[in-house]
Amino acid sequence: MAGSESYNDGVVRQFAVMTVVWGIVGMLVGVIIAAQLMWPALNFDVPWLSFGRLRPLHTNAVIFAFGGCALMATSLYVVQRTCHVRLFAGPLASFVFWGWQLIILLAAITLPLGLTQGKEYAELIWPIDLLIAVVWVAYGIVFFGTIAIRRVKHIYVANWFYGAFIITVALLHIVNSLAMPVDALLSYPIYAGVVDGMVQWWYGHNAVGFFLTAGFLGMMYYFVPKQAGRPIYSYRLSVVHFWALISIYMWAGPHHLHYTTLPDWAQSLGMVFSVLLLAPSWGGMINGIMTLSGAWHKLRTDPILKFMIVSLSFYGMSTFEGPMMSVKTVNALSHYTDWTIGHVHSGALGWVAMISMGCLYNLIPRVFGREQMYSEKLIDLHFWVSTIGVVLYIASMWIAGVMQGLMWRAVNDDGTLTYSFIESLEATYPYYAVRLLGGLVFLVGTLIMAYNVWKTIAEGEKNAMTPVIEPA
Amino acid sequence: MSGFWSIFIIVLVAVQVIGALWLLTNYTKPPKSPEGATTGHMWDGDLEEGNNPLPRWWLYLFWLTAIWTLVYLVIYPGLGKFEGLTGWSQTGQYDQEVAAAEERYGDVFAAFAGMSLEDMAREPGAVRLGRNLYLNNCATCHGSDARGATAFPNLSDNEWQYGGTPDAILQTISNGRVGVMPALGAALGDEGTDAVVRYVLSLSGNSSAETDTLGTGQQKYMQFCAACHGPTGQGMQALGAPNLTNDIWLHGGSADTIRDIIINGRQNQMPAQKDLLSEDRIRVLGAYVLSLGAE
Repeated sequence: MAGSESYNDGVVRQFAVMTVVWGIVGMLVGVIIAAQLMWPALNFDVPWLSFGRLRPLHTNAVIFAFGGCALMATSLYVVQRTCHVRLFAGPLASFVFWGWQLIILLAAITLPLGLTQGKEYAELIWPIDLLIAVVWVAYGIVFFGTIAIRRVKHIYVANWFYGAFIITVALLHIVNSLAMPVDALLSYPIYAGVVDGMVQWWYGHNAVGFFLTAGFLGMMYYFVPKQAGRPIYSYRLSVVHFWALISIYMWAGPHHLHYTTLPDWAQSLGMVFSVLLLAPSWGGMINGIMTLSGAWHKLRTDPILKFMIVSLSFYGMSTFEGPMMSVKTVNALSHYTDWTIGHVHSGALGWVAMISMGCLYNLIPRVFGREQMYSEKLIDLHFWVSTIGVVLYIASMWIAGVMQGLMWRAVNDDGTLTYSFIESLEATYPYYAVRLLGGLVFLVGTLIMAYNVWKTIAEGEKNAMTPVIEPA
Repeated sequence: MSGFWSIFIIVLVAVQVIGALWLLTNYTKPPKSPEGATTGHMWDGDLEEGNNPLPRWWLYLFWLTAIWTLVYLVIYPGLGKFEGLTGWSQTGQYDQEVAAAEERYGDVFAAFAGMSLEDMAREPGAVRLGRNLYLNNCATCHGSDARGATAFPNLSDNEWQYGGTPDAILQTISNGRVGVMPALGAALGDEGTDAVVRYVLSLSGNSSAETDTLGTGQQKYMQFCAACHGPTGQGMQALGAPNLTNDIWLHGGSADTIRDIIINGRQNQMPAQKDLLSEDRIRVLGAYVLSLGAE
């Protein structure tokens, strides 16, 4: 059977191309709203272009459209190759692709219209929520079906992470979206008050933990050793940090609700487990970076490895920053400031986007029947451009955030506040300018990638067949 | 929280922490295989796993955070109903910080307790303190220059909706004000409303209408409006009914706006500050407001 059979890479090709497309769209909307923060007139008094509607469009587009397509492309690629079988239920995989694109399209229509559930990162209205649940279950069937029919005994570590990501996101999405519909567009959540807040941030933080961390660690665990040509550093480290990571992440949500009406005990648990999450998070970084030990010289010549290793460094930085910010005394300063925005983007641009880009540069030529990307020089250029973009973005937001936090708590000799809110906003303008520049530079990097991908595909095979490899 | 949920939380926390540490201990033993060897599994032609021991520094980091977690949960609330050895709570922390601030800053404001508001309004030290309080507590609505905005009175023009005496100002700040203009659209009808709009505009010299409709307007005004705004339109500070003759408009002075106000009425509120600011602070704030009108 093997030898005559080939991998189902059609759906991988589709998802890979759409990753680049949605990356450009999502980042462009991000640049637009960053510009609106500097020049509010840029909403042109058109409701559909107002910051409040475009901001959720930006977050949904980069997380679920760009990030989601990257995860689906790589997971469906990886699971076939590490199970040594063709994808289970091929037509269902196509349904997942078209269903996911439909969801993204509906999001891009409803969010600017102001149709929202008002829950951060879960804004989409209930009919779209139902569609997400159906498509996600289909994705789970394809992925776990392929695991079930695998021709090797051991399940490769990348699949543990992808599997945890798929199961947990289903759970998070369904529990947080439970609502009573009033009409076709409007619904009310079944939770009320602080319970609703807690469920929302249980969802919100685990969306970070499982969508943006576990899923992309799955990506890392396959593509880093592949690109480096080295075995993954430590199997036992992956066992310990996998189980610790997925169990402890579940507790961390309450750190989004410090000093609110959430009971003290829940805030404390959210905080201590966020701190306990530091070592398990770093386990993934160590396993990725140390895979290169003995082959460090490759970093000098291989721009794809540069993407991967730098993204792991950003991952390590933001997973240190996160536990630190969850400590109440730090949070009292950082919460509600642009420091949070900086933290999110060191994870989203530095880790999520850059690891995806590195992995796609490895994957795209292989599914289009080419040896390598059209231009290695352009990959290197993209690497430097995006690194500079991330650094400009996060450094400006760190400074702005700490400055805002200090201004908001500064008091005069008589105990009154020294600054009004608007004064802190005025002081933030220069940093908004640097942030806009950083975002723009990062977007330019993505456009360079799009050109490189375009040229690679143009000269590649649209229907390349890769035969299934016999298990060793 | 019931005893069951308290125990439920404690058990879950214990399972999580002990489970993580068990995992850690279980995999800390050095691997039997020689260094650099792989697990022997192979995927996708060349994908292998090394089995290096857990890095020491990482292991210590994990243990350190785990011990810190347990110590924190002994000292602070977290384990269900157990309040922690310190008995800390966020409301307790708030009360403490407020008390500490009062102890530190209270005297600054108490220094003026014996002075009259008029004297304080001429005392630069008091005015400076009052301005700080104003910027923190009032500027959001009345503007940092105290010139107000639509629906928020201008405090700098010596025209007072509820009175500009020291007592009236202190009363406004302490207890707040609720202003209600009833909706009169149904009672006046379309023509009646138009006539009243013209009459009201004429009170401040803004009507270019012919005089014959003013008669109807005045008649309706006397019937529906004069009880609060006064027979000459001079307003009534006891009710907060604005003066209509001085061309100062709280909600706007165009014919369309005035018509909308007459038809639909208005409700306006100045929130009471007495639960938010001490009496000494309210007096200092009042002196600042008084000084604005005197300028």
